[in-house]
Amino acid sequence: MSTVANDVIIVTSSLTRDMTGKEDSHRGPAIRALCKITDASMMQSVERYMKQAIVDKLPSVASAALVSSVHLMRQGPEVVKRWVNEVQEAVNNDNIMVQYHALGLLYQIRRSDKHAIRKLIVKFSKAGLRSPYAYCFLIRIAASLINEEGEGTDSPMYDFIDSCLRHKNEMVIYEAASTIVSLKCVTPKELSSAVNVLQLFISSPKPVLRYAAVRTLNKVAIQYPAAVTACNVDLETLITDSNRSIATLAITTLLKTGNEAGVDRLMKQISSFLSEISDQFKTVVVDAIKSLCQKFPRKHTVLMTFLANMLREEGGYEYKKAIVNTIISIVEENPEAKEAGLAHLCEFIEDCEHTSLATRILHLLGREGPRTTTPAKYIRYIYNRVILENAPVRAGNKFRLRQFFMYEYLFKAAVSALAKFGAASEDLLPNILVLLQRTTLDQDDEVRDRATFYYQLLKQNDKALNSAYILNSMNVSLSALERLLHRYTMEPTTKPFDVRSVPVEAVQVEQPKANISISTGVSPGGSETKKAREDTYSEQLSAMPEFAHLGPLFKSSLSVDLTESEVEYVVRCIKHVFSHYIVFQFDINNTLNDQLLEKVTVQMDGSAEGFEVVHYTPCQVIKCNDTGTTYTLVKLPDDSSAVTGALACTMKYTVKDCDPATGEPDDEEGYADEFVLEDVEVAVSDHVQKVLKPNWSASWEEIGAENELEDTYTLPIPTLEECVKKIINYMGMQACERSDKIPDGKASHALYLAGVYRGGHDVLVRAKMALGGTSADPSSQAITMQLTIRSTDESAVQVIASAVE
Amino acid sequence: MVSDSISVPSLYVIKGIIILDNDGNRLLAKYYNQSYTTIKEQKEFEKSLFNKTHKGSGDVILLDNWTIVYRNNVDLLFYVVGSTDENELMLNSVLTCLFDSLSTMLRKNVEKRYLYENLDLVMLTLDEICDDGIVLESDPMLIAQRVQLRQDDIPLGEQTVTQVLNHAKEQIKWSLLK
Repeated sequence: MSTVANDVIIVTSSLTRDMTGKEDSHRGPAIRALCKITDASMMQSVERYMKQAIVDKLPSVASAALVSSVHLMRQGPEVVKRWVNEVQEAVNNDNIMVQYHALGLLYQIRRSDKHAIRKLIVKFSKAGLRSPYAYCFLIRIAASLINEEGEGTDSPMYDFIDSCLRHKNEMVIYEAASTIVSLKCVTPKELSSAVNVLQLFISSPKPVLRYAAVRTLNKVAIQYPAAVTACNVDLETLITDSNRSIATLAITTLLKTGNEAGVDRLMKQISSFLSEISDQFKTVVVDAIKSLCQKFPRKHTVLMTFLANMLREEGGYEYKKAIVNTIISIVEENPEAKEAGLAHLCEFIEDCEHTSLATRILHLLGREGPRTTTPAKYIRYIYNRVILENAPVRAGNKFRLRQFFMYEYLFKAAVSALAKFGAASEDLLPNILVLLQRTTLDQDDEVRDRATFYYQLLKQNDKALNSAYILNSMNVSLSALERLLHRYTMEPTTKPFDVRSVPVEAVQVEQPKANISISTGVSPGGSETKKAREDTYSEQLSAMPEFAHLGPLFKSSLSVDLTESEVEYVVRCIKHVFSHYIVFQFDINNTLNDQLLEKVTVQMDGSAEGFEVVHYTPCQVIKCNDTGTTYTLVKLPDDSSAVTGALACTMKYTVKDCDPATGEPDDEEGYADEFVLEDVEVAVSDHVQKVLKPNWSASWEEIGAENELEDTYTLPIPTLEECVKKIINYMGMQACERSDKIPDGKASHALYLAGVYRGGHDVLVRAKMALGGTSADPSSQAITMQLTIRSTDESAVQVIASAVE
Repeated sequence: MVSDSISVPSLYVIKGIIILDNDGNRLLAKYYNQSYTTIKEQKEFEKSLFNKTHKGSGDVILLDNWTIVYRNNVDLLFYVVGSTDENELMLNSVLTCLFDSLSTMLRKNVEKRYLYENLDLVMLTLDEICDDGIVLESDPMLIAQRVQLRQDDIPLGEQTVTQVLNHAKEQIKWSLLK
């Protein structure tokens, strides 16, 4: 009951009087007011009145009762469900609003009953409804049914939606069209009828209708640009629309569907009113430009200038971030656009209020700048940051203090970027040294530390040092480093801390981004999961006494199925690799509901390849429909160059029959049984962790030719792309310098790979490939590959080389 | 395909109805969603909304992940807020209904001064159009009737002839039924 009132009883009784009173105009509002203050405990007492009110002949009373019932569903769905007969009667009411509300309530009540909903839709699609609102609602019900059940366009539900395209009310037509467009099962053929309807709306005099149509077309264009091409002529008329939202949507749609020739004109048009549209739309424009750049790389000058103009205008952080991200991705994808893009970004950081963006750009400059034709140009911009950003700090009032902390990041980034230039270019070294020396007098501790550190390092002029400490930073997993350092400080030891024992941070695979429509408000948060997964494994394993002496975990593989998915026991295996051992983790799911498994182990045999089983950790009991975990510890072969092979697995256990109902075993004594699993493969990629070296060639020089292995192979693979993919797959290493992407039409390619071998040894691979054989006969097509492997460890080279055979 | 999921069909269509004056000050605002709970957040939203809309002719805008249809008249701005995957035409029908019923009630004088003078009726109108986010009624004539029926206690002299007649008819009907 209402929280503010004391004499609730007076209010309720007078409302109840009004509800049933003679004055018709008071009855509806009284019902609504009473239901607002009713809670679950009071619902019983209003039930009788509500049932009557729902079927009342006055539309205002019936509507009020139905809408209030929808609100009440949140508190006491059970009570409201008892009114279903009355609600069903109300659906047939002549009044359009009563029908709409009754349909909405009926759906809420029946929602879990798919069959009833289906019958409902079929019934009304035949009988017809009076209310356009109810039609829209029915379309949505049908669409959610189609999507949930995974039905195709042949279902009667779809026929209903399709028939609504010919309804006489615009609202219903649009609802049907936009619903068809958003269905999962739809194909370009079905799309065309929806698109035709939307095309008619485009030329409507009502702005809302035009907006709705062009927004939906814009969504379609993301996935099926061809389907929208038919509307191009009509969309052209919208680019000068007085409503800028409509114009923007029309232009971005045209950009997606149009051809290269039209780009200039459209960009010119849109830039004329860019300042008038909201940030959200500007971001849509930026996204459109991004996809354009990928589609038409030759247009980069027009697009880049446009982006730079946008960057100069006023705008919020999100908007600026989108632009900077787009420019950075263009710079990385398109070598021709690199210099222009960097110049625009340099200009931007000269006057940039967003520290995090400036920091990102400085990092990019540090990485890409030294490789351009005139690196000296960028040094001015970077050094400007060091000296200019300082000035306001020195002014030193309180307000500036906060900024000071933000600028700190900038300095660190700027100083590191400067150092990268120094390391990468001989000619610039003296200049950089001077600049760094000046910076050593900075006020901030960490800036000074960095400057001094880099200054001393660069003065050595040692390529190997530069590569290790400036150009390629450490790739260790930070959380693991923290944990190990903490443990190191806990135990008294004179041994120095070994950085190699820290697990390497796995390279995060960039997730394919979800389609960007204007409506996406959720950002995918999946990138954290993989790292967190390795951390939890590492904690789980180190907590077990059997595995405590193994040292830090090097790498955990993804889980592999060792059984078919439809058998009694589903077993999956995860390989945890340590410096000299592998722990196999078996997750066993007992799918039988009348058997209990006890003392489960997985026996492994790899003696042929030299693997030696050291220890089994059995799982004591696995209940019905439950999952248990058992571990097998295997020592790697002594011969460090032969560490791959297949291990045969057999699951051994004691079975006890049990009662499916209670899960209690029937008898005390079980019987031993075994179950043969598929073999577990230990491949080269299990011993290697992917590592991204930002400056691969510097690392290559750093490792040197001490442990070098070079060989030439002929591989029966028809295309370079496939060859690159296979090599990366077998070796389990990371492609650097974007060498995994092959420009079209090339007959030769060089692939650069980097990784860390078990035990913390860096491994680098250079693979030069050339298409050979006669092109007339594709089956005889082969690739000649020259493979060079360098590593700090000799056996690592052998193992990696064996991956190719 | 395009959008990953169609949200569960629901009657809760309207996320807010706002009336602002031509300086961006709030005359009346009702929010039916949980996104703007504090007055400060609401005012900020209204401010950015006003900045984007007061110049152009009334139609539709996308802001903060809301679709907003709006309309301006003399010194007033009317907004109806819905989610981005809402049917824009449905929102527009609510806006039209709001405007038309106010226009009927204020005898076409949809201006700030008259709105203030009849603020009680305007609030009732809003409540009759939308109940906690559900569209309650879409016929402006019906709404105007329902809202104005409450004015039973206008002195006899100021009532129109039809009103008096209606009143008398009702009285007789009820006395006969007893």
